[in-house]
Amino acid sequence: MGVAVLLKQVPDTTAKIGISGGSVDESSITKWSISPYDEYALENAIKLKESGYGDVVAITCGPARAAKCLTEAAAVGVDRLIHILTESSLDSIQVQSLLSGAVKESGCNVVMCGKQAADTNSGSTGPGLASSLGFSCVGGVTEVSMDGGVASATRLGPSGLEEVEVGVPCVFTFDKGDSELRRPNVRGIMMAKKKPIDTLTPDYFGVDASDSKVSITSQSSPPEKRPGQKFVGSESVPEVVNKLREEANVI
Amino acid sequence: MKTTIISESSNGSLHPVTAQLVGVASSMGEYITVICPGGVGSSDAAQISGVTKVISVEGDCFETYDCSAWSKSLSPLVEGDLILSSSSAIGRELISSIAASKGIPVVQDVISLTDGFSATRTIYSGKAIEEVSISPPCAISLRANSFESAGEGGSAETATIDVSQEVSVAVKKALARANERIDVSDADIIISGGRGMGTPANFSHLYEVADVLGAAVGASRAAVDTWDEIPHSMQVGQTGKTVTPNLYIAVGISGAIQHLAGMRSSKFILAINKDPEAPIFGVADYGIVSTWEEALPVLKNHLAELLSN
Repeated sequence: MGVAVLLKQVPDTTAKIGISGGSVDESSITKWSISPYDEYALENAIKLKESGYGDVVAITCGPARAAKCLTEAAAVGVDRLIHILTESSLDSIQVQSLLSGAVKESGCNVVMCGKQAADTNSGSTGPGLASSLGFSCVGGVTEVSMDGGVASATRLGPSGLEEVEVGVPCVFTFDKGDSELRRPNVRGIMMAKKKPIDTLTPDYFGVDASDSKVSITSQSSPPEKRPGQKFVGSESVPEVVNKLREEANVI
Repeated sequence: MKTTIISESSNGSLHPVTAQLVGVASSMGEYITVICPGGVGSSDAAQISGVTKVISVEGDCFETYDCSAWSKSLSPLVEGDLILSSSSAIGRELISSIAASKGIPVVQDVISLTDGFSATRTIYSGKAIEEVSISPPCAISLRANSFESAGEGGSAETATIDVSQEVSVAVKKALARANERIDVSDADIIISGGRGMGTPANFSHLYEVADVLGAAVGASRAAVDTWDEIPHSMQVGQTGKTVTPNLYIAVGISGAIQHLAGMRSSKFILAINKDPEAPIFGVADYGIVSTWEEALPVLKNHLAELLSN
């Protein structure tokens, strides 16, 4: 029993991303938040707890600053906080090995996370973790409820929106749905500040953090757009349409 | 070098991105296996130039989508130093699951790849670009329409393999059919509306222009969040889809940083907005300062006239 919710701390989606010396300049990022899709997972995990499905354990993997997202999760009702402290960039296998170690230790048989993180936009963690844990996996869900050992989920599948049933253990990755993360109340915020965080290292899980098979060689800003042409009034539409054909050659 | 490609399908046939995956694999090595889940599109896959072998994997488990069951069925057939898939939702899930089962890393949504392997991808939904070097063996998903397709004229041998795999995810009820219109991720031309459209019903004017152009219709986050009628699947930008069409038409979209991130790499951008100071004009190749009520009817009529000639 119990739900493990995986949270990643990312630059807030309103943040500008500055580049300095060939890599993202973290000091330019003014606000860090829980990755938006992970927030949907967190809200659903809390709802499952309220329906009687065991405790919620929040797990994050990242540098010291990432502990803040665990405290935010505690403020809305998470019971246990696990921080896997990593400083370097990891490949998907390293991340999944660390998370699978933490999930096993938590004893949870349901895992919830976002369908992808707002920084890397990859989406490897949920299905990869399911594979390494030997759990089932349902991706792109917006709602999950439990009845006994069977979960019922709404997902956007290849043939449309559908309701599926799956037994536990299972990993669910969340898409944007109607259930936005609740706001914490003052008592929740105060209690969360005192909540202990279990901080563990890659060594604890037997993972060599220096052995990444994927290394970042450079990060850069997207190319600047050339200055555009501006027109005023709907009477300019025919001229612009002609330019789309003659200059841009796109229609 | 051996490469295995997980083919992509849509509506029961081979998706064109599969030929793009073969194009990339051909530039990397000579032995290319294409695995078709559920056998979908296997005869078309065999005709793509450069393919060595097609494996049509068939079985009851392919009747509905179950990531774990599909991955367990396909994984034993995957060989070589490089695994490729499309970066569609299912492509990403399958390749992540297969890579994990083999203990090799996966890099997603790559837009450029050179031998050896050096891969380019966007991060923060397009606010920055990252280059990574990957040591094989590895798995890589590629963004559609970022690579040249391999041509036709191949005649690969096809093996059919029947698998019997237990399914753990059961589809109980279809709640809504998939949108039959072209998805923004697949489209060459996209016309998107923002909150400036006033009401969700007014998106019908965007659909009318889209029908003339064969375009997909997208939306800004503000529109998706404000109106229940505009589904999240249409959302372009961070927490939505990152798109790179040939032409992106933004109507009544002011241009929040999250939206610009997801569409600024489009080849050409046309913005229509009544506010001359809207940030969207900063990334537009062509900007028209006008209300959509005035501009869209002229746009539709002029396009229809031009395209009928």
